[in-house]
Amino acid sequence: MNQNDTSPAVKLEGVTKAFKDRKVLDNITLEVAQGTGFCLLGRSGTGKSVTLKHIIGLLRPDSGHVYVHGKDVSALNGRELAEIRRSMGFLFQNSALFDSITVGENVAFPMRRHTDWPDSKIREVARAKLADVDLEKDYDKMPGDLSGGMKKRAGLARAMALDPDILLVDEPSAGLDPITSAEIDALLVNLKKKGTTLVVVTHNIPSARHVGDELAMLHEGRIIAQGTAEELDRSDDEMVRAFMRSEGSG
Amino acid sequence: MTERLGLLILSALAWVGEVALFGIRAIYEAFLPPYEWKEVARHVFEIGWRSVPLIALSGFAIGVVLSMHTRASLERFGAEAMIPAGLAIALIRETGPLVAGLLISGRVGAGIGAELGAMKVTEQIDALEAVAVDSFKFLAVTRILACIIAMPLLTTIMDFCGIFGGFVAEASISGMSPQLYFNRAFSVIEFTDFIPATLKTAVFGLIIGTVASYLGFNTTQGTEGVGRASTSSVVLASICIILSNVVLVKFIFFMFPAKA
Repeated sequence: MNQNDTSPAVKLEGVTKAFKDRKVLDNITLEVAQGTGFCLLGRSGTGKSVTLKHIIGLLRPDSGHVYVHGKDVSALNGRELAEIRRSMGFLFQNSALFDSITVGENVAFPMRRHTDWPDSKIREVARAKLADVDLEKDYDKMPGDLSGGMKKRAGLARAMALDPDILLVDEPSAGLDPITSAEIDALLVNLKKKGTTLVVVTHNIPSARHVGDELAMLHEGRIIAQGTAEELDRSDDEMVRAFMRSEGSG
Repeated sequence: MTERLGLLILSALAWVGEVALFGIRAIYEAFLPPYEWKEVARHVFEIGWRSVPLIALSGFAIGVVLSMHTRASLERFGAEAMIPAGLAIALIRETGPLVAGLLISGRVGAGIGAELGAMKVTEQIDALEAVAVDSFKFLAVTRILACIIAMPLLTTIMDFCGIFGGFVAEASISGMSPQLYFNRAFSVIEFTDFIPATLKTAVFGLIIGTVASYLGFNTTQGTEGVGRASTSSVVLASICIILSNVVLVKFIFFMFPAKA
């Protein structure tokens, strides 16, 4: 990534997606500036996670384009798509840790696949990533032995393994207690300060206010409001104002 | 009624077509870099080596039973001397390959279907893609290749354990010496008996790996779906093995007419 590049890190242009007869995204257009935090809000089932999966190329739009660092993800295949994915990290809602290998090996996995570092260095970096999320002592544990919050933090360590420019985060506070949720938020803010672009899907408004420089609200597959938290607080749409007033946790 | 039957046949054919395309894609991608040899080796160990006790014990038991049955039949004609040869031919040409295929379909097919199904519903397959790993190649191609490699090896083990089981049964009844037994058993076996029949199990391996991986990759509806993928893998792979065996035997007879 060129630090002087002012083009958006992520850009969606008229993205529409339907599953069978149900339109989940309807002509979505948005931009995420580099090094900023962008929070996608909305009730459950409004297409927030689907939007994230479009950005990393797990889903392809029926129409429209998804650009990451100026490259049309929806038109990429194979090696080019893998290349662009290496510049992104993805924290899944349920962490999606590989349950057949240890927590440490989960974090080491992307490095084993995409670097030619010796094993000792990979282990060292994986330990450092786990230390960043306060899980250094859990390197040899299996994912099944971790609590929900620990899994989420381990997932974050894995997502950050290759120091991606863009971090996609799906419901970081889902199912977590307020303290753990605040810890995850603090980690995300810290990453943003280091220059990582964040795209966060959440319906936890306090979390969105903390992490997001810009917020957008999805409703029935369309963006009905976009701006800073203060701008959304003053929205003309009563539903947006009600959502912003809520204390929704995960 | 006819319309429903027609729809059922059409959907079955469509399913077979989809699975076949899945398998063809796996074979094609196996020849393209990056090669996942480490993963293939790991799965050969998991699928092959860990199945050895099951295969060896089953082979031994089948050998014992076949020997007892063969003795009961041949005794009537005073042809007990033919027991080792008859048993070896039956095991190597057909019983060994088919039973090994069905056993591995049960042990490995269920395992692959459940493992990949669980990975699908817990988004681990998406997580692999998100870290820029080709999940199809990493998960499906490696398992299918491992099944293809492991099946002929396991079949060979089953054949020899079966012949040994036959010897134990025969020795305990008639006191036949091992030298005489194995001489008689192997005197009638040629490479054209062993090679085609054993290599056809590579096709069984392809079927087991492909059907189970396909069902695992297409799992939906949570844990219930995982259970269904596991069960269906065994049932459908077993059916496909039994049906494909008919075609493969016909093909072997076509290629080696002397064996017909």
